[in-house]
Amino acid sequence: MHINTYERWWMAFGLAMLALFLATIGYAAIADNINPPSGRTAVDPTKLAQTPPFDHPGLHRLADGTYEAYYIAQVFMFNPQTLNVPVGAKVTFYVTSPDVVHGFYISKTDVNMMAVPGWVNTESHVFRHAGTYLLICHEYCGIGHQNMFGKIEVR
Amino acid sequence: MAQAVLSREGSSEARVDQRKLEAENRVVIAHVYTATAAIVVGALFGALQGLSRASAFIAPGWFDYYRILTMHGVLMALVFTTFFITGLSLFVTYRSIPRNDRSVALGWAGWWVMLVGVLMAAVEILAGNATVLYTFYAPLKASPYFYIGAALLIIGTWIVAYDIFANVVWFRKHNPGKAVPLPAFCAAATFLMWWIATLGVVGEMYFLVPWAFGWTGGINVVLSRLLFWYFGHPLVYFWIMGAYICWYNIVPKFYNGYVFSDGLTRLTFIMLLLLSTPVGIHHEFMEPGIAQNWKMLHTITTYGVAIPSFLTAFAIFATFELAARAQGKRGFWQTVRALPWNDPAFCGPAYGMLLFILGGFGGLVNASYSMDTVVHNTIWIVGHFHVTVGGPVALTFVGIAYWLIPRLTGRALWKPEWALWQERLWFAGMLIMSMAMHIAGLLGAPRRTAEVGYLGSAPNEWQGYMIAAAAGGLILFASIIVFATVAIGTLWANEKTEDMHAEFAAPRDGGERVPAMLNSLFRWGVVALAAAALAYAGPLLDILHNPGFLAPGMRTW
Repeated sequence: MHINTYERWWMAFGLAMLALFLATIGYAAIADNINPPSGRTAVDPTKLAQTPPFDHPGLHRLADGTYEAYYIAQVFMFNPQTLNVPVGAKVTFYVTSPDVVHGFYISKTDVNMMAVPGWVNTESHVFRHAGTYLLICHEYCGIGHQNMFGKIEVR
Repeated sequence: MAQAVLSREGSSEARVDQRKLEAENRVVIAHVYTATAAIVVGALFGALQGLSRASAFIAPGWFDYYRILTMHGVLMALVFTTFFITGLSLFVTYRSIPRNDRSVALGWAGWWVMLVGVLMAAVEILAGNATVLYTFYAPLKASPYFYIGAALLIIGTWIVAYDIFANVVWFRKHNPGKAVPLPAFCAAATFLMWWIATLGVVGEMYFLVPWAFGWTGGINVVLSRLLFWYFGHPLVYFWIMGAYICWYNIVPKFYNGYVFSDGLTRLTFIMLLLLSTPVGIHHEFMEPGIAQNWKMLHTITTYGVAIPSFLTAFAIFATFELAARAQGKRGFWQTVRALPWNDPAFCGPAYGMLLFILGGFGGLVNASYSMDTVVHNTIWIVGHFHVTVGGPVALTFVGIAYWLIPRLTGRALWKPEWALWQERLWFAGMLIMSMAMHIAGLLGAPRRTAEVGYLGSAPNEWQGYMIAAAAGGLILFASIIVFATVAIGTLWANEKTEDMHAEFAAPRDGGERVPAMLNSLFRWGVVALAAAALAYAGPLLDILHNPGFLAPGMRTW
């Protein structure tokens, strides 16, 4: 089968671009540890009120000076509603849902993940700038979905 | 590559008698006009959505925003596209494999089963029993009749697929040593891919239906989402392959062009068959319960499926240039000017190709394991799929309908100048709406919400883009009304003067023979099934190992 010379060059160019993109993504994943949130911890969503750490949702300071925030995303609210975070804090979020699938997206940050009943999802972020960050559910969860939001106050 | 070669001359010279032709046409008309009805109603719901998000319209309590959104998504993504592709594929198969002994019973059976399924699902959505959007993510629990309706829509397409395969098999049996005509080959590859992909959603229904009836206690949420996206991404390639069938086989006729390379066209469709399915997890990058290595694997395969689109871009632009050269035109602008910009059948696909350039760029971002974090579930994604399915796919179908309807009815297109303006409106409306959505998405505005105000807490800049998107949406709505007017008007307005014979683009390398490897789909179907199984074996084994919670499901609307 005959393949046009220009087409050969075009394919070589296309393949080279794809290889470059994949190498960039692979480098970011391995060298810079830029990976999507992929929580692998299971939890019983019917017993969150008795299951640490979700029996005490909110911000917890660790011995090394970083923070962990435990969130329950449920119809149609986040618990906690507001999180007070000191400027410069590194916060690791742990999110789960007792009911349906929700989204967990802090606008103007890279914290973007799904909250799935039965699983704990996790992502970290360093809050370098003071301000109020809007936390929203960005997966349709029911009739009150558009009112499901919270705030993160960084002071 | 195998050395065995096949000659290409089919029996396309043979004409089917008129009565037979009209019987075939009636099936295609049923499919295509059902698609037209779906796009009109879908567009109405789309316009209301845009207005709601721009805070110019508040959906009443008895028909809330999410019911509107479910109708829009189901009608556009599942009903319009599917019925048009079944109609188009039956048409190119029937016309490129002419035979006087053909039964159209399967074409009708498929249409009826699809229609009954759609009506079942529509009744449940309209009644408010299935406000679960077109992705119906568990544990949102819809009426079981919604899931059964959706499954019937798919099963109806399997009947159409069987009809297409049976015609290809008939051709091979009666034309030993000849290559399957290219249009029928492309249609068969598309439906083979579709059959493999829809195994996922039918598998999901196997769990959802008994659960919705209350016969089983719980559903594995991660498994149901994995099965949905096993189907959900090849669904978009089903749309794209429908458009590519037109770009390769029909559109070149409008500018006296040829198929750039018969063999490479077959190769493109085989690559799409192989690579469309093992990619779905790129929709689930932000999910818990799926390991990072599977997400990375699906990033690589998703980039792989860009290759047949590179081939297509080259082939189509090359045929533009060759057709212009045949008229003695040289250079970029002369080539552009040589194209038939006053033919609505050409302009739809051509504007769609322009929008697809934007869609392709955005798609590379969405498929990226790392960059998707910035855009996942923001309205950027909605902007993206409106310049893919709403651009190259829908505009191609609309433009091809302007060529197809005269071939089906024998009547010349009514108001071709309206048709031209309809496509220009669409291009402008889509550009405005999609750009506003892309920008708002980068600023963090979410998709799938009735409004973006968050009781005054949202950034102010979101609202302006929502208004721009709504304005684009209204232009699109107007455009679709014009399309339906021309399509329906053509059924009565003109006398039956048109030649109903359809000609497909001939290969430029007319004398060259087709390698046997590129003529047989069955073996490639087996490879495609194996590739899909391999890409999903890992995550499925993980779920079997650690099934986790089984959700009882609930109705939150």
